[in-house]
Amino acid sequence: MGIVLSDKKEMEHMSLLSDITAIAGGFGVTLRHMLRRPVTIQYPEEKRTPYPRFRARIVLTRDPDGGERCVACYLCSAACPVDCISMQSAEQEDGRRYAAWFRINFSRCIFCGLCAEACPTMAIQMTPDYEICKRDIMDLLYEKEDLLIDGCGKDDSYNFYRHAGIGVTQLRGEGLEETKPVDVRSLMP
Amino acid sequence: MTTSSVDIALFATKIGLIFFVILTLAAYLVFAERRILAWVQDRKGPNRVGPFGLLQPLADLIKLLTKEDFLPAAADKWLFYLAPAMAAIPAIMIFAVIPFGAPLNVAGHTVPLVVADLNIGLLFFLALSSIAVYGVAIGGWASNSKYALLGGIRGLAQLISYELSMGLSLVPIVMLARSFSLTDIVNAQAGVPFIVYQPLAFIIFLISITAECKRIPFDLPEAEGELVAGFHTEYSGMRFGLFFVGEYINIIVLGGLATTLFLGGWHGPLLPPVVWFSLKTLSFAFFFIWMRGTLPRLRYDQLMHLGWKVLTPLALLNILITAWWLMLRT
Ligand code: SF4
Ligand code: SF4
Repeated sequence: MGIVLSDKKEMEHMSLLSDITAIAGGFGVTLRHMLRRPVTIQYPEEKRTPYPRFRARIVLTRDPDGGERCVACYLCSAACPVDCISMQSAEQEDGRRYAAWFRINFSRCIFCGLCAEACPTMAIQMTPDYEICKRDIMDLLYEKEDLLIDGCGKDDSYNFYRHAGIGVTQLRGEGLEETKPVDVRSLMP
Repeated sequence: MTTSSVDIALFATKIGLIFFVILTLAAYLVFAERRILAWVQDRKGPNRVGPFGLLQPLADLIKLLTKEDFLPAAADKWLFYLAPAMAAIPAIMIFAVIPFGAPLNVAGHTVPLVVADLNIGLLFFLALSSIAVYGVAIGGWASNSKYALLGGIRGLAQLISYELSMGLSLVPIVMLARSFSLTDIVNAQAGVPFIVYQPLAFIIFLISITAECKRIPFDLPEAEGELVAGFHTEYSGMRFGLFFVGEYINIIVLGGLATTLFLGGWHGPLLPPVVWFSLKTLSFAFFFIWMRGTLPRLRYDQLMHLGWKVLTPLALLNILITAWWLMLRT
C-alpha cells in the first residue's frame, strides 16, 4: 500500500516536472519562430510566379490557322458547377459552328477548371493570370471579345477540324485520321 | 507661496507626462503585440502605415473614433456607458503610487518621481485592481447579451480566485521591506532585489497579474473562441477602444508594479534609473505578449483549481517560511 502511494506521488511529481518542461519548451519554440524570417510575401511589391498550369483567368483560344476553336457545343457551360458560362451558338455558311456571343461571369467563377476539361476542342483554357480584381462587379463579365486571344494557348498544334467535323472545313477524307471515302460503285466483291 | 506654486506646477507636469507616456505606450504596445505575435507565427504583422507600420496606432485610433457608437436594444444605457471608463481609469490610477525613477533635483526642489507616495501604496493598488473588475462585470451586465453576461461572470469568478493569491504573495514583500509604501519597498531593494529572496512569491504574483490583466492563458472573460468577445461583445468604436487600451495600460502598470516589488524598481547599474524602470517594465510586457503567443487558454475550472488549490496554499506557506526566516535572522 505504502509503495503504491509513494509511486503515485512520484508520478504526480513527474507529471508536474514534465508539465513545466513542456511549457518551457513551448516558450522556446515560439522564441525560435520569433527570430525566424517571416514567410510573408509582400503582395503588390513582391509577386510569386504561379505554375504554368495555375488555374486563373479563362481565355478562348484559336487553332493554328487562326480560326476560332470554340464550336459552341455548350459542354463547358454544362460542366460549370456554378453556371457562369453562357453563349449562343451559330453556324457559318460552310457549316462551321461558332459562338455568336460567349460570356463568362468571373464574379461567379470558382476557377475549378472543369470547363477546360470538358472542352473537346481545347478552345477554353485556364491561364495563370490571377490579377483580375475590378472595382465594379459588372466589369467582371467577360464577353467573347475579352476572352478571345490571338494564339493557341497550351496545345499549339491542335486543330479540332483536322480530326473531326468531317466535311465541314475540308473535303471528305482530308482529315488526319480519316481514310478516303469509299466509292460504292467500285466496291465490287 | 512661490514654492508651493512651483510644486504644483511640477506636480501637474508629472501627471501630464505620465498620462501622455502611458497612453502612447499603451497604443504602441498594441502595435508591438501585433508585430510580435506575427513574428511568432512567421508573419510580418502590420507594416503598411508609415515606416515599419509605426503609424498604425494612429490609423487604429481614427478607425475607432469614426466607427458607429452602438447601443444594444434594452441595454442599461448609463451602466453601458460607464463600464469602459471603469475598466480604464483604475488601471491608470494605480500608476500614481509607482515610483518610476530616483528623486530628481529641479531648481532646488527634490522631486520624487512618483505622483503620490502613499504610505499604504500597496493596499491602494490592491483596492484599485479589484475596482477594475467592475468595468468587466458592469459592461457584461449592462450589454443585455448572453455572451457579455457570461464574460462578466467569469471576470468576477476569476477575480476572487486570483486576487487572494496575489494579495498573499505580496505579504512577504511587506515583511521584508517593513512598509506598505512602494517608495520604501524600492529603497529596501537597493542592494538585492526581492526576487532573489522571494522567487516563489514572484511566480505566484506573475501568474496572478496575468489573470488580473485578463491575458492568455487566463483571458476567460473575453475568450473569443467561446464567448465571441466576452464582456465587450456589444461594444463598438471608442468604447471598445477604451476597454482595449485599459487592458494594455493594465499590462504596463502591472509590469511596473512587478518591477517595483520584485526587480528592484528603478535600481540598476550604469543606465539612468528611469531607463532601468522602463526596460524592466517593458520586458514584462514582452513576456506577456510572448506568453500569449505560446500558451492555450485554461479552462474555467482549471483557473479556479490553480487559484484556490495551488497558488493560495503556496502563498500562505511562503508567508510562514518568510516569517520563520526573518525571526531566525533577528
Ligand atoms: S473554371 Fe469552373 S467555375 Fe469557372 S467557368 Fe470554368 S467550369 Fe465554371
Ligand atoms: S469552349 Fe469548348 S466546350 Fe465550350 S462551347 Fe466552345 S467548344 Fe464547347
